Amino acid sequence: MSTSQGLRNWLLSEEPTSRRQARFASWYKGWLTLRSNKLTMFGLYVLAFLLLCAIFAPVLATHDPFAQDLGQRLLKPGENGHLFGTDSLGRDIYSRLLYGARISIYIVLLVVMVAPLVGLIVGTVSGYAGGWIDVLLMRITDIFLAFPRLILALAFVAALGAGIENAVLAISLTAWPPYARIARAETLTIRNSDYIHAIKLQGADPFRIVTKHIWPLCISSLVIRVTLDMAGIILTAAGLGFLGLGAQPPSPEWGAMISEGRKYILDYWWVATIPGIAIFAISLAFNLLGDGLRDVLDPKEDNS
Amino acid sequence: MTDAPLLDLENLWVKFRTRSGVFDAVRGISFTLGKERLGIVGESGSGKSMTGRAVLRLIRPPGFIEADRLDVHGEDILSLPEKRMRQLRGGRVSMIMQDPKFSLNPVMTVGQQLVEALRAHEKVSRSEAHKRALEVLDEVAIRDPKRVFDLYPHEVSGGMGQRIMIAMMLLPNPEILIADEPTSALDVSVQLQVLDIIDKLVRDRGMGLMFISHDLNLVAKFCDRIIIMYAGRIVETCKAGELRNAQHPYTLGLLNSVPDLEHPRDHLEVLKRDPAWREAPSVSARV
Amino acid sequence: MSAISINNLCVWFGVGAERSYAVQDVSFDVADGESFGLVGESGSGKSTILRAIAGLAPTWSGKMSVAGETLGPKRSKSFYSKVQMVFQDPYASLHPRQTVDRVLSEAMNLHGVENIDTRIGRLLDDVGLGPGFRFRYPHQLSGGQRQRVAIARALACDPSILLLDEPTSALDVSVQAEILNLLVDLRREHKLTYVMVSHDLGVVGHLCERIGVMKGGRFEEVLTVDAMRRSEAQSPYTQHLLESSINSIR
Repeated sequence: MSTSQGLRNWLLSEEPTSRRQARFASWYKGWLTLRSNKLTMFGLYVLAFLLLCAIFAPVLATHDPFAQDLGQRLLKPGENGHLFGTDSLGRDIYSRLLYGARISIYIVLLVVMVAPLVGLIVGTVSGYAGGWIDVLLMRITDIFLAFPRLILALAFVAALGAGIENAVLAISLTAWPPYARIARAETLTIRNSDYIHAIKLQGADPFRIVTKHIWPLCISSLVIRVTLDMAGIILTAAGLGFLGLGAQPPSPEWGAMISEGRKYILDYWWVATIPGIAIFAISLAFNLLGDGLRDVLDPKEDNS
Repeated sequence: MTDAPLLDLENLWVKFRTRSGVFDAVRGISFTLGKERLGIVGESGSGKSMTGRAVLRLIRPPGFIEADRLDVHGEDILSLPEKRMRQLRGGRVSMIMQDPKFSLNPVMTVGQQLVEALRAHEKVSRSEAHKRALEVLDEVAIRDPKRVFDLYPHEVSGGMGQRIMIAMMLLPNPEILIADEPTSALDVSVQLQVLDIIDKLVRDRGMGLMFISHDLNLVAKFCDRIIIMYAGRIVETCKAGELRNAQHPYTLGLLNSVPDLEHPRDHLEVLKRDPAWREAPSVSARV
Repeated sequence: MSAISINNLCVWFGVGAERSYAVQDVSFDVADGESFGLVGESGSGKSTILRAIAGLAPTWSGKMSVAGETLGPKRSKSFYSKVQMVFQDPYASLHPRQTVDRVLSEAMNLHGVENIDTRIGRLLDDVGLGPGFRFRYPHQLSGGQRQRVAIARALACDPSILLLDEPTSALDVSVQAEILNLLVDLRREHKLTYVMVSHDLGVVGHLCERIGVMKGGRFEEVLTVDAMRRSEAQSPYTQHLLESSINSIR
């Protein structure tokens, strides 16, 4: 009891005595702000839950997600030990949902590692350098922005074959331009701040200024935007899966599951609807989290 | 009723609910305002701007107002419904703020804003409002009212913008004018000009002026009576002419910390804030 | 030997026909150890001169030499170790995500200063902040405290010239007094040369010995503070500024 109280006091101290303490204190205060927003916490719990489901899928699954049993086709949820029923090939929907969560998270992680990073680099370099570099990079950004995502994915599939990795590539290539624009807009504002002038006057070179001083400030907006974009990315991946362009059968990707259940939606609604609810849940959770993160990372600065 | 002061405030509190408790921005102040120029002086965090906003009930949640009495010309406004409050704001009590860049609507012309301000409070025709707007622009010493009428706020200088703000606020003939740092964003030479205009208008129309500022010397020269605020309380009140006889150490500290061109000193006196000042009860400035 | 020597400085913005001059044909000298004030109203170009000296104004012409070194389009490392600047807005001059420690240690790293740890402690002491402030973020500091950190940052590399751009105009009067006292003390201790911009004649009178009065990008006149106190201004504009500023009641 007393150690946790002591830790809390250490974190909330007005006069931190080390770099580590200052940093942890900053994160802790951010966490407190996040925690006070109930909707955000709901989103966070849902995501944590889905993440755990994905990690512990082998333990939690009741059946093999690929095992077909044509004698057990299209069973209602709850029948015969199938929590969410079975699909048209007799596969347990619940188990497929759990393994499908892994795929969704995999896709999301891949896109998140690529698109915002590329956007950050392009945007900050463009904003800071100005001149013809800015014009060139922004026109390149415009070109990529002009591509409709699904059409590009179709083109990739036609060229490289269907599969999750190609779907992810297609999504990433069309997802980075908005981040570049955000990063550039932030950089243009920050560039004229006195603290940037001050560090220039200490002799800092542009690389140091962009990476050490501008990036930390852009990252908040990017994190918020990424979280809010997650929903869109998942839906796009699901859409690609639905079209047969992403994960290929028999992969339990949620979008593909909806596609397979399309034919049976009138009489056997659960086959398509339950994966749909899962997609809805993860999208909503990301949106709520992103909203809450905005309050933490981008509070209006008090200048009074 | 007609003998009642223009503004009568008793035990005003402005509080804010925050995550770590209730924060008191204004802590139990009382004063009256007659047909005079009252200066409210304080540093940032003293609660002076909050007081001005509280009179107009412009404090939004999580802030709230408590007072024993908040009367405008004898009428209680604390319990007034919002609809009547809107008529009061601008109609009987007006406010001008610090920077016309931020207080004038950038996408409407000057004339449009003046006309709108008037028609919000009086039923007049457009042409009548147009005429009155031109008249009031002339009153604030704008040389070419017809030309300025069609300009956008970004096309006029700071001093002119502030005079337009004053014109806009005085069009509906209010009884009380609250001026929140009206000259702080202006150059020194323009400041005096704007102050002269405020002075003339307030005198001619028999209004009460509540002049909020951080500049004690300016207020001493411009106002009749002064209230000095610190940490949400009034620490001292006196007539402007008697400021040099101020008693409270905070007031004296403020006076002494300003570098004076005519009386050079090696080191400026540094204000030593006594925690007792926060705790001492508010001095009443009711007349 | 002058610490700063400016000759026929012009600073403009915009290209070709849209060129607008912020500073026109300004010349002045600042001696070693002197404190020179630049006063004028907004738009007079006073801050622009400081920025031009610091290398923050892109388009300029004329001749500037600082500490014996003639200035070109870019500034050298040795320039930055001799000349530093303190900015006007304390709320904008510190990086919002960096602690005081980070700000000061980075400045010292860039200048190759040794014993950073002990020097930070001493710097904070010099500007009147205790060790408890070392790991705070800017939003945990008041305006006056932020300005002290900005001054500490400027002193990190032991410069000989400080460019002060209205360092106290955004501060409360009582805080301004503390910062002005600090600046007076620091100048005495470290034998610094000051070029200070202000619109407040009282502040400039307190800190400076000579003043350049600016209007519309040009110098109206250069006079000593003593002459200003005796109201012996030559130019009617300076007289007008003086009259508008005399507002003490003591």
